[in-house]
Order: sequence, then structure tokens, then C-alpha cells
Amino acid sequence: MGIALKLVAQRIALSLLLLFLVSGLIFAGTQILPGDVAQSILGQSATPEALANLRRDLGLNEPALQRYISWLGNAMQGDFGTALTNGQDIISSLSGRLKNTLFLAFWAALISVPLAIFLGLVAVRYRERWPDKLISAVTLTSISIPEFLIGYVLMYFVGVKLGWAPTVSTVYADMSLGAKLQAIALPVTVLTLVVLAHMMRMTRAAILNVMQSAYVETAELKGLSMFRIIWRHAFPNAIAPVVNVVMLNLAYLVVGVVVVEVVFVYPGMGQYLVDHVSKRDVPVVQACGLVFAAVYIGLNIAADVISILSNPRLRHPK
Amino acid sequence: MSAPLLHVKDLQIGATIYPTDGPPKQIEIVKSVSFTLQKGKVLGLIGESGAGKSTIGLSAMAYGRGGVEITGGQVLLDGQDLLQKSPRGLRSVRGAQVTYVAQSAAASFNPARKIMDQVTEAAILQGKFTPAEARARAVRLFEKLGLPDPQNIGNRYPHQVSGGQLQRCMTALALCPEPDLVIFDEPTTALDVTTQIDVLVAIKAAIADTGVAALYITHDLAVVAQVSDDIMVLRMGEMVEYGPTDQIINNPQQDYTRALVSVRSIAHDEKPPSDDPILRMENITARYKGTQFDVLHDVSVDIAPGQTLAVVGESGSGKSTLARVLTGLLPARGGQITFDGETLSPDLAGRSRENLRELQMIYQMADVAMNPRQTVETIIGRPLEFYFGLRGRAKRDRVVELLDQIEMGSGFLDRYPAELSGGQKQRVCIARALAAKPKLIICDEVTSALDPLVADGILKLLLDLQARENVAYMFITHDLATVRAIADSIAVMYQGRLIRYGGKTQVLSPPFDDYTDLLLSSVPEMRLGWLEDVIANRRMESAGN
Repeated sequence: MGIALKLVAQRIALSLLLLFLVSGLIFAGTQILPGDVAQSILGQSATPEALANLRRDLGLNEPALQRYISWLGNAMQGDFGTALTNGQDIISSLSGRLKNTLFLAFWAALISVPLAIFLGLVAVRYRERWPDKLISAVTLTSISIPEFLIGYVLMYFVGVKLGWAPTVSTVYADMSLGAKLQAIALPVTVLTLVVLAHMMRMTRAAILNVMQSAYVETAELKGLSMFRIIWRHAFPNAIAPVVNVVMLNLAYLVVGVVVVEVVFVYPGMGQYLVDHVSKRDVPVVQACGLVFAAVYIGLNIAADVISILSNPRLRHPK
Repeated sequence: MSAPLLHVKDLQIGATIYPTDGPPKQIEIVKSVSFTLQKGKVLGLIGESGAGKSTIGLSAMAYGRGGVEITGGQVLLDGQDLLQKSPRGLRSVRGAQVTYVAQSAAASFNPARKIMDQVTEAAILQGKFTPAEARARAVRLFEKLGLPDPQNIGNRYPHQVSGGQLQRCMTALALCPEPDLVIFDEPTTALDVTTQIDVLVAIKAAIADTGVAALYITHDLAVVAQVSDDIMVLRMGEMVEYGPTDQIINNPQQDYTRALVSVRSIAHDEKPPSDDPILRMENITARYKGTQFDVLHDVSVDIAPGQTLAVVGESGSGKSTLARVLTGLLPARGGQITFDGETLSPDLAGRSRENLRELQMIYQMADVAMNPRQTVETIIGRPLEFYFGLRGRAKRDRVVELLDQIEMGSGFLDRYPAELSGGQKQRVCIARALAAKPKLIICDEVTSALDPLVADGILKLLLDLQARENVAYMFITHDLATVRAIADSIAVMYQGRLIRYGGKTQVLSPPFDDYTDLLLSSVPEMRLGWLEDVIANRRMESAGN
């Protein structure tokens, strides 16, 4: 176990370093944007004196490095400050939003990941025959259509015409799980369609690659059934590439759902971020950026760790 | 005579190939081959690569690799034609009645699963044994095959056992379901000679014990002579000769068989040692980056101008590392290299272009040593441009001259590596090395990937070129027959140390040290009963000690 543990520890240390660098980038990025919060609060017609007063009150006159250090220090203790625009505590509104986003992502992942892997296995089993071609055609079509279009089309047919699911996915903290699930049925469907193709095709390609190897021939010459060969002999060796793509897509489900959240008026992180970008509410944007980065890095590290642990050479050294 | 276990009648096998220019086409790769195999007997299939021997072997399981298809004939196993069976019917034969031992056990074991699971899988799924019975049988087979710790070796993963052990595990895998027929496809080719002999003994004993019939496929006639009752010689998909082992070895009827039996016809007399070596490596010590132990310990060798030093040893003996140190790819930790009278920088970066030119290299895998998108002219022309600044007409003339030297000629100028045979590819690599007009060429296992007759041609060419150009060779090989054919002096390496070093006659004459004795006595000889003799000798020696 020694080597594997060491590698895992290395990855985690690296990810922390990476997160630190990203925090610097996020901070620097929000500094070089033209205009500042004071300007956007007071509007174009503000007098220079009013601007200067507000800047002083907001602490914008301190040197950038000092502001960065105090921001990062507070962030590490879970304090992102208050939103400039409405004076609310960022962490409390953010955590509710993040919970909603994770809720949506969780259900989308719960459906799409097993479905994608299953479809990938089926595609390998019937490669170059009609099930393979049908799966490829459908998933590629769904990934090629912009998600907002799929969203509106589903909303119109499934929501308005058939009335099977609500068209607006607003959820509240005190809704029952069943009601919540019904509310998010459509966005989950859209997200599943969007991420399915990528994972399915990677599963197919990774397993097909393994199917060329000599040990698969050995399995064939043992008279095993095709599905057993794929599932027991090929798949365990294709986990690393598949996990990487799955994690990238999971990250997308958290970080990239802005459009879907806006279309379905879902109270998640994406919508929160978009609202505050348009108001130039820098502390909120920074907090969202940091959370997104943490999720992204975290999932990729998880992929790395799983890849490492799925390698028997590292798990069981000589 | 009872009905044979396996009766192959008039077998024809075709394949679809996809040439770069033009439409796909059908080619015939096995033409009308017939043979029979009785229960408990061993038939050796022998031939060079492309002879169709593996393809014929796999046809006994009605299996075609890639685009290979059985197009005609009958494969009767116990009187039933496998070619008429449904896919489901075939699956119940494969892994139960007929099993397969592949050349590379390392590639044929699934790296993600334990050895025991893989050894017993077919026996359990085919309903031959319950899991507990299968495991007990596997342990007995591990024991019979001489594997260490037979109770627990099955709990390991394939990468946790050595190559020779894994090959024996593969034999256990094939024997576990109590098959009627086992196909051994070059089971010892990838092993060192000293390991090969152990695996051969284990396989032979297992065949005798279980009474299973076997098809034994190999390119090495000396090996097949030890294990088989009959031999079929194949060439380009056709049968050349088929008869009892004794007759094929001692009284071959066909010219081709005679050539196979008498291969290694080269006689090379040792040249006298010289006081003024072109290369002197003194007290070389080396280790790989990030490791804590030396892979070379205090190695000192000389090479005289125009002579050949053969560096012999098994995998892991440090012979290729010695070459890496010489090329500067792995700077030595200690010791000194003197080349052509001047001290060489240990590191590649510290060497002059002239140093680089005078020291060239030829590799084992000619395939991957050439850029597949360059023509032969570009490949051989590159060093001419780089070292001598030749361009245009002059360069082309020199390339043609070199092609003539390697007995290929100007017709090959515009060919791509993919359009050359294995032997031709290696010749182009030789021409590329020669183009630099080197004083020393490192030849790293240059004939190991080639068929015996082709390898013979390459060795002759190398000796001719040496006589003409007075170039010295450091010839790295594990093949002692090759060493006998071309060396002037020999260095035997074992675990990073120089065990024995001197002129060819001296090194190959007794008294031997233990390791050299083991190495020399492990090289299969082309005679019946050799294996038994060696084993008997070794028993006597160990009893005497």
C-alpha cells in the first residue's frame, strides 16, 4: 500500500497548492476588471467625493496584497464577508445555493453515470452493429444541441403540452423530497442528455482499447461469454480513463449548469453568480469562483486517486 | 489405431488485408494443411514468422485472430467438426476441451485480477469443477509445475511473480479444466535460456502426467525436438515436411528443413587481441536515477579495432545498461571510458559531434527505430547530412552505395519501412549506422526479433562489413549461438557484474564458473534427449556436491 498512499498524499498536497494559486488568480482577475464596486453602486453620475468616501468605507484603498491576504484568511475560516449589494452574509446565501446545485448535480449524476457506462458496455458488445450506431447517434445528437434549446423544447412538450413535470424548477428548503424531485425532473433530464455522450463514448473507446489486449483473447479462448469478458476482464482495466471523464462531467454538472439553472429558474450557484456578476458584486463573485474551483479541483483529484487505486501494480507492489 | 483426438483435414485459412493503396483484398495464409493427433501425443508445429503456425494452432479452437477466417476444410475434434458448431457450441469447447498457452504470459494474464481467479475461471464457468475443487486442482498443478509456495501463489497479481513463473501459471491455467488438447504457442520464446529449460521440463512433465495431447508451436527446432512426438514443418502457410521427430531432426528430406536443422553455419575465427583498443571501459559503476542500488558494479572491458566484443547475459544482467553508459544516455557514477585514445565525457551532452559520429547504435526493434513516415533514402541520408553535410546528388549516390553494401540496391530508395520485411528493416538500420562511418557500433540484440535464417543473413552481413570497414562491434545478446558465430571476445554478465571475460575460445572452454556453466548448458541442442541429459547431469552434480 506504500506507493499508492504516497501518490495519493502527493496529489492532495498538489491540489491544495493549486487551489491556493487559483485563489490568487481569482483575486487578481477581479482587480483588473475596469471600474469598481463603488462606481457601480453609485452609478455614472456619482461625484468624485462620494466615490472616494465609499471606497474608503469599503476598504478599497488598501494595497491589493493586503486585501488579498485578509480575504484569503477570512475565506479559510469560512467567512467570505458580506455582499456589497444587499449587505447579506455571503456564506449563508451561498451555502443554500450550493446545496441546491449539488442536489441537482447529484441526481443528474446518479442517472447519467450508470446509464453512460451501461450504454458504453452495450455499444462495445454490439460494436459496429445497429445498437452501437443507434447509441452513438442519439447521444451525439443530444450533445450537439445547445442545452437551453433542449430545455425549452422539453419544457414546451413535457411540461406544457403533457403536463408531466413543472416548467419552473423552484425548490424551497421545506419541500418534501418527492416534491423536489418532481420539480427538478426536467433540468435533470437536460443535464443527463448533455453529459451522457461524452462519458458513454469514453467508456466505449477505453474498453475497445483494452479489448485489443492479449488477456482478452485469453478470456475468449476460455469460452467466456462476451458480456462477462467485457465486464470482468476489460472494464476493470478501463476504469482509469473512464473515471477521469466521469469526474470532468460531474464537475461540469456543478460548475457549468449556469444556463440550465437560468432556463429553469432554479435557485442554484450558477444563477447566484450570474446575478452578482451583472451587479459587479466582487466579494460574491470571488466566493463563487473559489467554490467552483474547489469543486473542480476536488473532483479531479478524486479521479486521480481512483485511477491510482484501480492500478493493481500500485495497490499491490511486489 | 484408434480414432485420432484431433484430425485436421485440408485446412484453408484466409485473411482480409487492407493495403494502403487499393481496396481490401482476401489473401490465403494457410493452404491445404492436414494432420492428425492421437490422445496423449505431442505434435510440434515449426516454421518462421508468417508460416501460419499460430493460425493453424488456433484453428484447433476454431478461432481466428483479427481478420483471419477459416475458409475451408474440417477440424474434427473427437469426430465432431468444430467449424460446423454454433458460437455457443464453440464456447463450450474452448477453455474446456481445448485450451491455449500464449507466448507472452505477461500480456495474457489480466493485470487487474488475481492469478487464482484466472486459472480456475474456465474450469468453474464451464461446469467442470466446483470453485473449491478447481482451486484444489490449481494448487496441485502449481506444485507439479514447480512453482514456489503453491498454496499462496494464486493470491498474487500477475505483476508480482516473475516471467518464468507466470508462464508456468499459464500452463496451469490451460491444464486446470482437464482438457483433451492444449495448444502451446511459443511458450518459452520470451524467456531467458536458463528459465526456458525449467519451463520446458515443467511442461513436459505436466503433459506426461496428465496424458493430455498437445500442439507445440515454436520457431526453435531444438526446443520442439525435446517435447514432441511428431513435427510438422511449415513455410508460408504450406506444409513442407511432416514426420516423426527423430526423422525430421536426423534425416530431413526437404532442403528447407535441412536449412533449419543446420542453421548457424557461420564459422568465425577469433582474431588476436590488440594492445591498442579502440574502446576501454574501466571500473564502470552505474545506477538509475531515483534508485538506491547500483545496476553495474565495477565493469571493465576493452574492444580492439575491427573486432567484436559479445556481451552476454540474461534479462536484468546489466548488458543493455552497459550500452546506455557507453552512449552517455546513462552517465556512469564511477569509472572511465576511453574511446579512440581520448577520454569520453560520461554525459551525452558533454560529447562532441565527432564523438557521436564515431559511436553508432543498432537496435533490437528495427520497426520502432525508424520513422514510419520517412523513406529509406531519408532515413539513411539523415546522418550523411548531419555529419558530413552531403546534399542532393552526392547524398543520393552515397545512399545508393550504402544500399549496395547491405545487399539491397537502389530499388529501395523510395520505400517506406512498412513496405520492408523484418530482415530488410534491420539492414536499413545497419546502413544508417554505417553512413556515419563509425569506429564502433553497439548492436543491441539486433537479431533477437528475427527468424533464424534471416538472422543468419544479418550476422553474415555484419561480419562482411567488419572485414571491409574495420568497424568494431559491441554485440549485446542473450543468444549464445550468435555469440559463437561472431565474437572475438566475450563478456558474461550476471546481476550487474562481469562474471567471465576474455577471448572467445578461452571463455567457452572449461573450467567454467557455475553461472557460465548453467548458461552454456541451458542452450537447447538440436538432438533428441538433450533435455533429459541436461537434467540428469544437473541432478548428478547437485548429488555430488
